[in-house]
Amino acid sequence: MSEPLRFRGGGFVTRPKPISSCLAGLAVVAIWQAVASAGWVSPVFLPSPAGIARALAEMALSGQLWRHLAASLQRILLGFALGSAAGLAFGLALGLLSHARAAGLPIVSALFPIPKIALLPLFILWFGIGEPSKVATIALGVFFPMAIATYSGVDQVPRTLIRMAQSFDVPTHAVVAKVILPGALPGILSGVRISASIALILVVAAEMIGAEFGVGAFILTAGNLMRTEDLLAGVCLLSILGLAVGFLVSLAERRLLAWR
Amino acid sequence: MRLIVERVSHGYGALEVLDDISLTVEEGEILAIIGPSGCGKSTLLGILGGLLKPSKGRVLTDGSAPEGSLNPITYIFQDFALLPWRSVAGNVAFALEHRRLGAREREARIDEVLAKIGLRDFASALPRQLSGGMRQRVGIARALAVRPAILLLDEPLSALDAQTREILIEEFLALWLAHRTTAVYVTHNLDEALRLADRVCVLSRRPGRIREMVAVDVGRQDRTPARLAPLRERLWRSIQDEARAADREYV
Ligand SMILES: Nc1ncnc2c1ncn2[C@@H]1O[C@H](COP(=O)(O)OP(=O)(O)OP(=O)(O)O)[C@@H](O)[C@H]1O
Ligand SMILES: [Mg+2]
Repeated sequence: MSEPLRFRGGGFVTRPKPISSCLAGLAVVAIWQAVASAGWVSPVFLPSPAGIARALAEMALSGQLWRHLAASLQRILLGFALGSAAGLAFGLALGLLSHARAAGLPIVSALFPIPKIALLPLFILWFGIGEPSKVATIALGVFFPMAIATYSGVDQVPRTLIRMAQSFDVPTHAVVAKVILPGALPGILSGVRISASIALILVVAAEMIGAEFGVGAFILTAGNLMRTEDLLAGVCLLSILGLAVGFLVSLAERRLLAWR
Repeated sequence: MRLIVERVSHGYGALEVLDDISLTVEEGEILAIIGPSGCGKSTLLGILGGLLKPSKGRVLTDGSAPEGSLNPITYIFQDFALLPWRSVAGNVAFALEHRRLGAREREARIDEVLAKIGLRDFASALPRQLSGGMRQRVGIARALAVRPAILLLDEPLSALDAQTREILIEEFLALWLAHRTTAVYVTHNLDEALRLADRVCVLSRRPGRIREMVAVDVGRQDRTPARLAPLRERLWRSIQDEARAADREYV
């Protein structure tokens, strides 16, 4: 007696389903809009998506949006540049030099878990309420994840590649530049991804503590005035900003890590 | 160039790995080194290439390197050790970049070795796009580009499948016959050792000592399985007990 073999594989593999993705997004907005339009909830507590879009458009037209965005971006960029450059150098030292590792790793491990926003009051004491204290908070928040990502990236470079370079008498500086740094790049870029999102958190927190301009300051003011549409418009702005940063990092990964 | 090993011992901390190794690799010969897993073959090769300092003893070279040699003692690695972000040509170039060598001559050398190994059409391919055999060909091309006086090979074919290994043995032999570079060839594979080597050095299990030095007294063109059978039998008898014991060891 012959019978067909019973198929028992399949499943457990996800495939991209773009239509489902779009439908889900549209459904959330549509239900939200319907609930808001029905008037069951006061618009102060739950403004409608249309209202938020209107608020965003008004912000863009009046020029407010750009002023707040520019203030936030400037802080992020400056803090990120300073913190990541220092973190990269420090992480490289941790990864390459035994003494630096012995001295630095316990210190980094002890300071890393401190939520850096807790240090903002101290920085305000040191640098005043203006820009430097905010930039310093962001830089410090970026420094630690960058240092740790770089350090573990260096650690993950296969030993055999280093031995290979040494076996061809490649000088030390070139081993660092041509073997260790490119080999650590995947780790470094994942550090960039983490620290960029930390920078976004910190800039909002710092701006809520004391700033005239900036997305964080805008959201706080809107909240105080119970202008919920503006508040959520600011939140949308942050979401867009976060997505944009993630997109840029992915782009960099695709370009720089094409060899993987 | 000859390579003279004088009473070399080595340990990692308390773990003794090599015990009093003395041997000479003669100019233009291939010396195969076989021995059970963990007996210190890679360690010995590291010492021979100046990548590891032996706890005791010393290694000397004798004789001059060939004309234009940039890196007299050169490795070919088991895992190929290619930079994954560099193309085939870029990987070969890596060995030449820090030498007194004009850009013109560097390009010429890269082109020459790639042509010799049959990699010319793959010059701009990335390692991940290549088969294991092709990757090891890149490793061989990189080694030849510096015109070595002594080649150190650590199980260069053990990451490859049996057919590819067979093909690469043939190719390696043809290349070697053209250059006759002194070589130390570490392997687990008796057939590989007998096909290639002038002498086979049998190491004991850890701590590695020289158990036997066996001359392969069959001309390279006559090395058929039948002709090699007696030697193979003898080597296998010499290592099988050690190999069994090493297999059951744990650290
Ligand atoms: N850097 C190191 N630190 C400590 N122990 C090591 C180190 N390198 C190797 N060993 C140990 O020394 C012993 C010999 O290692 P080695 O790699 O030289 O052996 P091998 O003969 O090449 O082995 P295999 O046949 O598996 O390649 C092994 O027990 C290994 O675990
Ligand atoms: Mg080994």
